Amino acid sequence: MRRRALRDVPLIFEHNPERLRRQGFPLPALDVPDVNPAEVLPASLLRGPDVDFPDLGELEVVQHFHRLSQLNYAVDEGLYPLGSCTMKYNPRLNEQVARLDGFAGLHPLQPERQVQGALRVLWELEEALKAVTGMSGVTLQPAAGAHGELTGILMIRKALQARGEGRDTVLVPDSAHGTNPASAAAAGFAAVEVPSGPDGTVDLAALDRLMTDRVAAIMLTVPNTLGVFEHRILEVAELVHSRGGLIYLDGANLNAFAGRALPGRMGADAMHINLHKTFSTPHGGGGPGAGPVAVSQALLPYLPVPRVERHGERFSLRWSDPNSIGPMRGFFGSYLILVRALTYIRAMGGDGLREMSEVAVLYANLIRRRLQGAYHLQYESPSLHEVVFDDSRQAAHEIHNIDIAKRLLDFGFHPPTMSFPLIVHGALMIEPTESAAPEEVEAFCDAMLAIAREAEEDPETVRSAPYETPVRRVDEVLAARQLVLRWKPEANG
Amino acid sequence: MSIPEELLYRRTHEWARKDGDQVVVGITHYAQEQLGEVVYVELPEVGNSVDAGEELGTLESVKAVSEFNSPAAGEVVAVNERLADEPNLVNEDPYGDGWLVRISGSPDDDLLDAEAYKKLVEEEKG
Amino acid sequence: MHPWIGAGDHDRRRILDELGLGTVDELFASVPAEVCVDRLPLPDAEDEATVFRHMRSLAESNVTMGSVPCFLGAGVYRHVQPAVVDAVLSRAEFFTSYTPYQPEISQGTLQAVFEFQTLMCQLTGMDAANASLYDGATALVEAAHFCHRALRGKRSRVVVAETVHPLYRQVLATYVVAEGLEVVTVPAGGDGRVDADALGKAVDGTVCGVVVQSPNFLGVVEDLPAAAAAAHGAGALAVHLVAEAVSLGLLAGGGSLGCDVVCGEAQSFGVPPGFGGPHLGFFACTEQHVRQMPGRLIGQTVDADGKRAFCLTLSTREQHIRRAKATSNICSNQGLMALAATVWLESIGGSGLAAMARSCLARTEELKRRIRALGGPWRLAYPSSPTFNEVLVLGPGSGAELAQRLADEGVLAGVPSARWGGSWPDGLLVAVTECSSASDLEVLVAAMGRIS
Repeated sequence: MRRRALRDVPLIFEHNPERLRRQGFPLPALDVPDVNPAEVLPASLLRGPDVDFPDLGELEVVQHFHRLSQLNYAVDEGLYPLGSCTMKYNPRLNEQVARLDGFAGLHPLQPERQVQGALRVLWELEEALKAVTGMSGVTLQPAAGAHGELTGILMIRKALQARGEGRDTVLVPDSAHGTNPASAAAAGFAAVEVPSGPDGTVDLAALDRLMTDRVAAIMLTVPNTLGVFEHRILEVAELVHSRGGLIYLDGANLNAFAGRALPGRMGADAMHINLHKTFSTPHGGGGPGAGPVAVSQALLPYLPVPRVERHGERFSLRWSDPNSIGPMRGFFGSYLILVRALTYIRAMGGDGLREMSEVAVLYANLIRRRLQGAYHLQYESPSLHEVVFDDSRQAAHEIHNIDIAKRLLDFGFHPPTMSFPLIVHGALMIEPTESAAPEEVEAFCDAMLAIAREAEEDPETVRSAPYETPVRRVDEVLAARQLVLRWKPEANG
Repeated sequence: MSIPEELLYRRTHEWARKDGDQVVVGITHYAQEQLGEVVYVELPEVGNSVDAGEELGTLESVKAVSEFNSPAAGEVVAVNERLADEPNLVNEDPYGDGWLVRISGSPDDDLLDAEAYKKLVEEEKG
Repeated sequence: MHPWIGAGDHDRRRILDELGLGTVDELFASVPAEVCVDRLPLPDAEDEATVFRHMRSLAESNVTMGSVPCFLGAGVYRHVQPAVVDAVLSRAEFFTSYTPYQPEISQGTLQAVFEFQTLMCQLTGMDAANASLYDGATALVEAAHFCHRALRGKRSRVVVAETVHPLYRQVLATYVVAEGLEVVTVPAGGDGRVDADALGKAVDGTVCGVVVQSPNFLGVVEDLPAAAAAAHGAGALAVHLVAEAVSLGLLAGGGSLGCDVVCGEAQSFGVPPGFGGPHLGFFACTEQHVRQMPGRLIGQTVDADGKRAFCLTLSTREQHIRRAKATSNICSNQGLMALAATVWLESIGGSGLAAMARSCLARTEELKRRIRALGGPWRLAYPSSPTFNEVLVLGPGSGAELAQRLADEGVLAGVPSARWGGSWPDGLLVAVTECSSASDLEVLVAAMGRIS
């Protein structure tokens, strides 16, 4: 492990403390008469001299962000095996295409005849996602997976209302990601938990009891958050559909089977797709993502507006439709993210997407094989693209998943997901994706094995990790007890 | 002492102390241990009336939120204002300075005594 | 094989051998045959150059905002774009990293967003700001929910001025259909502001929040202190919605004018128009209500050595812990766009932002003067109302007709004010920024003159 000196990075507000005027980015010269704001605007509404960030020269700003960037780990640095996040490579081609002025420099309200190429991108991506899912329609509007979930559930709600039914419950497996019940609640439904059976899949007997005529839908992740495929998905779908409910699929784990299986054949009525997972758009330190939703025939009428329509070689936008649930956000979607996803799909092709899921599953199983001697596997069922271990063997030495995670940072890797699924206590959810070289995946396994040994032989080292990171273990309790959410001139040191 | 003899307990790990015609409520040592370091406590409004078993408020740690429920029916007459600045009192002195709520009323019939609560905790741990 | 897949054929064979498997299909045995296909109905992989050519031809067929005099606004604005912003965003350490759940190796993202939160607090006059929401429209939705929660769910009406962007109000309507919330819309008055009398009457003890956009959809600056007083008089919260964030360089944020929330769209802070997205929603509120705030929050703390560090905090509000009781279902946000705004603001500088806003104002006042001089069928809809950088202009025809005819003259003159309905006159919303040169204004006015 090499090191280099990293100076502390002050907050920008701590630069140039006397606020001496340096030349920031210059504005176009004022070629019209200047105006005194107090003469044309009510003085009581003008802002006071309370904005307190400095004017700095360009290199000072560049150095500030360069130095900050050096404190971050990223996919470009090494493996980022976060389960259910699909931290794959973000191809540079996507970035080039998204920066074309012909996409980035468009206003969403320009006349349609001026933006036919842009509209065609939307249409092409919809068609591609229909092909990937085997479903009948797509909305590209949602800005994230959670947003897509809400969109799908609202469409389901409207479809049921149109049938004259007021169902008030949504079933959610106990293994589900937190956004599932949160989205159901946001759509006005009560979220009822369905237990998982001993193999980690939905307990059919429990489902049979819970699936009443009050249930609007079941939300399933396929494969589920344990990386296990719901092998009785067709039975689940049959059961739910036969009692008047609909199927919502959370597509967060689509990387496991894209190109090989079609959600449309699993009985899906709505499924969101995380473009920032399966389709390589970047995570950006938290976003932006995009969560398009594919729908079955049953839900087609309720898709959000505006929608792209094709008439021969011409594309147009439909802005209103009485059957639609309405718009879920301003305009068409996170457009420049959509551009990246279309670029990726064209470059990978149908054959490439199939290979992608094969290698993702292969790597996850390699990790399972290498680590199963050292880490406990709660569910014996086959893993697809991710494997969920837990810390129960290490807990005997008072080492928990959080300690293993922090120690992994010292080995130069990002830790796995730990905050879910809730049904595995002390979870280590590992998803390698297909992007890395095999040696990188193997090096990760070696690091995990080394930490397992340390947990037995030298637990204190693991417990006080990390040591090699820009900051050591951060006090999250203090952050919550003494809230400091902004810089203030007197306070910060 | 982690399970005081003189108190009564709910199965959900709240304790109740009869004090004249009022009941003082808090969470047990076991509960605060499970929760981790408390960073924030949401307490009910004084004057609210509650039923036995109804949610009184929540306790937040960094990674989790837990509700706490009333061991008595009655009206909230006081809440522990110190917890706004010192939520750690719940961890440090759960039966004393870390008390949560004072209710005018009587403890519920269904509460466990110290012996029965001790058994419950042992079962949960094992 | 494919360059974006790290294992070649031999690597895969080696791994299969280690796993004791014949083919990779054996790993998919748990997937029922009925749902499987041999291949997708998609073309095969294309090489990089071919893909780029296809996408570039689609891009080049569009008319960009920069290629003609452009005065389109209505929630998406054209401002200067320092090259520095994209250079920073292109750093892999920023754009290929994940949500900073492991603070020890994400101090770059965490500190940058802490700076963003601080900047938004300064500009809005609020105590706390989150790490972003999707966009302005969904910020309005979150504000409505926030007001409802802050009053403990006891009041379920939200009063929204009609002069709030109609598209934002349509999005709000999509969401509230599923909740117990009722939206009461207060019409615009004859001066382009929300009707003050009607607002006063609409706010009563059943209302949890009052939302006013300023500058509003019609470009008019609203009386926020009056709206806040009306809200507080009835025990409701006051929300200042912002669609043009540069206005905060000149106009006080709602926090300084008595509001409880300032939220909206910050696309103007260095985020490309991008044909509508991704943009940058923001949300800021008073300290009293911070626990009700949706979205991620970054807080300051220390590490094990006592060194200053930043981390996500108050996570217990969010979906991954609260699940059904979360303040919002938001997970992924607009993090990279918040970084863009931070770089942009720090490049422009505090006094630079004020100068930019003043330049917008001056150029807009110049346009107003020239339209008055043009006369004939051309006039300002609200000649006496204060505006910032967007004005409603009426002419010889409907807004849609004017837009069409002026586009034929080579000018993107504005957004038709009636395109989503509304009780105001049908004309063109013309947005003017520091990028609108004197000659752009001349070209616009000359084109207007030719159409009469």
